[in-house]
Amino acid sequence: MIELQGVQRVFRVGDQEVHALRDIDLSIAPGEYLSLMGPSGSGKSTLLNVLGLLDRPTAGRCRLFGRDIGDLDDEAQARVRRQSIGFVFQSFHLVPRLTTAQNVALPLVLAEVPRAERNERVRAQLAAFGLADRAEHRPDELSGGQRQRTAIARATIGRPQLLLADEPTGNLDRKTGADVVEVLEKLHDEGLTLIVVTHDPDLGRRAHRRLRMVDGRIVGDERAPGAHDAAR
Amino acid sequence: MRLAEELAFAAQSLRAARSRTLLILLAMAIGIAGVTLLTWLGESGRRYVTDQFSALGTNLVIVLPGRTETTGGAPPLLGETARDLTLDDALALQRSDAVLRLAPIVAGSIAVTHGSREREAMVLGSTAELLAVRHLELGSGTFLPAGDPRRGGAECVLGQTLRHELFGNAPALGEWVRLADRRFRVTGVLASAGRSLGTDLDEMVVIPVAAAQALFDTEGLFRVLVEATDRDSVARATADCERILRDRHDGELDVTVITQEAVLSTFDGILRALTYAIAGIAAISLLVAGILIMNVMVIAVSQRRAEVGLLKALGAAAPTIRTLFLWESLLLALLGAGGGLVLAEVASRVAAAFVPELTAGTPGWAAAAAFGVALAIGVGFGTAPAVRAARLDPVAALARR
Repeated sequence: MIELQGVQRVFRVGDQEVHALRDIDLSIAPGEYLSLMGPSGSGKSTLLNVLGLLDRPTAGRCRLFGRDIGDLDDEAQARVRRQSIGFVFQSFHLVPRLTTAQNVALPLVLAEVPRAERNERVRAQLAAFGLADRAEHRPDELSGGQRQRTAIARATIGRPQLLLADEPTGNLDRKTGADVVEVLEKLHDEGLTLIVVTHDPDLGRRAHRRLRMVDGRIVGDERAPGAHDAAR
Repeated sequence: MRLAEELAFAAQSLRAARSRTLLILLAMAIGIAGVTLLTWLGESGRRYVTDQFSALGTNLVIVLPGRTETTGGAPPLLGETARDLTLDDALALQRSDAVLRLAPIVAGSIAVTHGSREREAMVLGSTAELLAVRHLELGSGTFLPAGDPRRGGAECVLGQTLRHELFGNAPALGEWVRLADRRFRVTGVLASAGRSLGTDLDEMVVIPVAAAQALFDTEGLFRVLVEATDRDSVARATADCERILRDRHDGELDVTVITQEAVLSTFDGILRALTYAIAGIAAISLLVAGILIMNVMVIAVSQRRAEVGLLKALGAAAPTIRTLFLWESLLLALLGAGGGLVLAEVASRVAAAFVPELTAGTPGWAAAAAFGVALAIGVGFGTAPAVRAARLDPVAALARR
């Protein structure tokens, strides 16, 4: 599903070049549950952004869902993000003036799903994420766990194939974080390809494939039944 | 994204920043109301003046001594007039069948006394025809007697104000007044006519033209007012006047013949230009409102960087982001313009209720123009911030500050 060959990402900071990604070769199959770990500044988030088409690599080939993303223009990339990719962020990124239902509905609004169908799907999605009674609340009236669940509901309402989570538990306490991880893993069980960037070793160990990055390079690629798989 | 969704999204953003939105709407409304009201005032003024002119009769042809060439040279100043325009010249114009009636005029200023009271007044020497030609109305008594205009009688007709100043509440008809060293009997008093074209008829005294010529010791007329038989014969009357006077002046055309309509259209043009100038000055406030809209949109974009990043991550392409922000500035401009029009309409109706000379209600084209301008402002000042939002790098926009 994902094929990276010799991918580089170089930033210019003043007159210095910063290599966020160096020669990344990576292949990810559909349905994988993958964790991405490493120290700060090792390029984890940059890799995630490249996979999510938010960032373009400076060099190298990047194939996603069988298409070379170098060939896609902005509009086509936006369409891929809309149809196939979901994002979950550490700081949730809910639109503060919109209600829970409206935040969750955003991807369907962008995809021009008719109102009736949209309302139905949002209602079902809120119910599935235990947010039915929070539909008309605004983000500042929600707890941290409810916010992240809203964000995950939003990321998955468009039925993407790939879910990218950047420190999804970073802003949550342990108990709430565990709840959110459970939600993500349930989605993976239903067939979603899940990639999680994290600092938390316990969370990282739950994935069945664990990548370690240092200085823009992948230094470890471990495949073993994770804690999540073992529990099944 | 569908149009309805875009509008709803933009409207919700504006509602979220309520006080900021209201202030910008107020600024825009004041700008639009200002331009509309000033244009309306100018229009009202123009209509008032042209109505005043039309009241004098559009069949009027005015003959002035001296020639004002329309090409080259300075306008003739004092002393350049080759020949006087005489009373006989004026009477000769009667030969044209396009001329219904005419009134020669000699004008001057002189002290009018009655008993111990003395007033400096405008003296108009003319004939009985003046009453009809200038659409004057008598308050009481009779106007100048008809008859040979070359014979100057000793009758005079006073304006309302002058009558009051000289006689107070005492009756004036049949009394004698003194103009310089001559005595005139008051035969009539004009009805109050108010100001007409800068000359206050109420402060004038009208005497026979020959008497005025003697009083000011002049052969020359100030002008001749000629009334054409109807509107269609104005051009023919003009041509006849020029032909007759050229013949009488040894083939030289040394008079100027202007029509009431020409004067009217000149005034009309001047007042129209003035209206546009005033509106143009008021339009500066619209420029300010536009810059305020731009400012508020720039702030909105920088405050909502994360939201823009999120929308991009959710699959919104740059044009969608641009449209969303453009709608916000357009809504601000259009709603503000709507408010401004309502404000102007109400203000103009209230003002017209107190000042009857003003036409009630703003002109219809003002509404169309206001919305056109609002559209231009919304797009013109909203594009730069919207483009800036659309260009934001999603990774940087999403990164925590």
